[in-house]
Amino acid sequence: MSELQTAPKSRRNTELLLLLLALVVGVGANMLVGLDQDRAFDQDFFAQSITLAAVALAVHVVLRLRAKYADPVILPIVIALNGIGLAMIHRLDIATGDAAAARQLMWTGLAIAAMIALIWLLRDHRVLRRFTYISLIVSAVLLMLPLLPGVGVELNGARIWVNLGFATFQPGEIAKITLAIFFAGYLSTNRDLILLAGKKVGPLQLPRWRDLGPMVVAWLVSIGVLIFQRDLGSSILFFGLFMVMIYVATSRISWILIGLLMIVFGGFVAFKLFPHVTARIDGWINAFDPEVYNRIGGSHQIVQGLFGLASGGLTGTGLGQGRPDIVTFANSDMIIAALGEELGLVGLSAIVLLYVLLVTRGVRAALGTRDSFGKLLATGLSFTLALQCFVVIGGVTRLIPLTGLTTPFLAAGGSSLLANWLIIGLLLLISDAARRPAVPGPSGASHAPRPVSGVRGRSTTGRARTDGNRTHNTREVKQP
Amino acid sequence: MLSDLAVTALRFGFLILLWILIISIVSALRRDLMIGQKVKTGQPSAREVRKNPELAAQQPSPPKVQAHRLSVIEGPLAGSELPLAASPILLGRAQEATLVLEDDYASGRHARLFPQGSRWFIEDLGSTNGTFLGDTQLTRALPVEPGVPIRIGKTVIELRP
Repeated sequence: MSELQTAPKSRRNTELLLLLLALVVGVGANMLVGLDQDRAFDQDFFAQSITLAAVALAVHVVLRLRAKYADPVILPIVIALNGIGLAMIHRLDIATGDAAAARQLMWTGLAIAAMIALIWLLRDHRVLRRFTYISLIVSAVLLMLPLLPGVGVELNGARIWVNLGFATFQPGEIAKITLAIFFAGYLSTNRDLILLAGKKVGPLQLPRWRDLGPMVVAWLVSIGVLIFQRDLGSSILFFGLFMVMIYVATSRISWILIGLLMIVFGGFVAFKLFPHVTARIDGWINAFDPEVYNRIGGSHQIVQGLFGLASGGLTGTGLGQGRPDIVTFANSDMIIAALGEELGLVGLSAIVLLYVLLVTRGVRAALGTRDSFGKLLATGLSFTLALQCFVVIGGVTRLIPLTGLTTPFLAAGGSSLLANWLIIGLLLLISDAARRPAVPGPSGASHAPRPVSGVRGRSTTGRARTDGNRTHNTREVKQP
Repeated sequence: MLSDLAVTALRFGFLILLWILIISIVSALRRDLMIGQKVKTGQPSAREVRKNPELAAQQPSPPKVQAHRLSVIEGPLAGSELPLAASPILLGRAQEATLVLEDDYASGRHARLFPQGSRWFIEDLGSTNGTFLGDTQLTRALPVEPGVPIRIGKTVIELRP
């Protein structure tokens, strides 16, 4: 066979170039924020720039060594977003005298170290399929932790934190990964059953009652999170994740319809019964009502964010020149409003586009990978990122009610940063499996013979042999 | 303190830099999308044949045989046949399986056969003892040609036209 069908390029050099450009963006933003106060090149600036560059290049080296064929644009996009986030948090620190940027920097380092460990130790995402049901249990434990007395802490009306002694942590952020692993493992095993059984009503094929079980469980978990932890954002996220994964696994539109009905029903009941949900909806619809605006926990925050976005206009006030610090929680919930004020519509659309590109690369990895578990996992994880962006940016721009989700990689918050970096680690591994040259199959005629040479050929064949069929539980070991 | 002009220039410079990053990423992707086509196995496209005429000679198109039946050759169920429709088939000991294998070496949900395009593919569902197509153990979904035996435990099945 000719050159046309030889192994694909690893494209790590492209990644390096884009990574350097992304670092220029991150460091440039960080320099600009202090420019007006003559603090452009203070100690914080150097600490942040050097740490960011060091961890970014460390990940790049690890990818060269361990996941050679990973997608070349995922890492630069995430580093650019993380850098812009750090710069904006630093900028808000200058205005408020806080030290959030230092904490964010520490968590960035920790999160990237955790991701490197994940890539280094896991190597192949298919191993995770073994932990399908363990992931379910882990998710349940993680979601219960904040409710335990002594461990759980209630902050700003939501009981989603646990106290680690030196810091607080949101276990729910990690739960979205373990839930995605469970859904992917469960659905890739039971897909045919869910797909085939059931009555047909008109153009819709309805699922059987017992196949609805997991969906009901997902719904109950979401409602439980909403009631007991008062966290509207995570509740939407968990249910949306399950709905998308089951739709992708079965391609039955009936699941989406059933899910939407459940959301409408659950949302309506929650709106009627729980005051915190009612207040959120009220602050969304009647945001400009003076009474709602002045109420504690009213629409003050979102309206100030909208004013900020308005004063930013098309090209923004320039980094360090606006007043984004007027908005409460400007560096976490409302960081999109702060960025919109200082970078304007032009800058904010660039940021949204970075997210869009990131999600498309995740879905591309799902398309390319060969096992159904990996496909579902990559889809679910990319969708998690997409849904978080939609819920946050939609909330800040008053398209939907504001909820307490964080903007991935931008907002201040260690747990969210850690969880999202781990998601990126998994997506990189899956994209590596997707783009890695295929091992020639046994039905030789239909597969192009491929030059197998050196270390690469050996390692790919070796891997395929060891992890092929052992990625599942061993229920039926019977050797008569 | 910098002059206002310099600050304004830097402000717009940063926005331009952001968009340069996006444009470079998109242009890197444009080339990246080709890779999916390069690893594609099977028939070379007309353009590839035009560039490398030897490709056409090397790959005579395999005769297209549509499989319509699945027949069990060996094992407890030997002799039985199953018509193939457009829906996937689950093989295993579980009662929900399309072909319930009475075989101690088979897992509950052992493997699945599914149609894609005009071909059938077999995929192992993480079975304990593995699935063999011809004499190779499956590590991923592979196309099944009619007449190639698939072995699951003591059972051997094959597709028939």
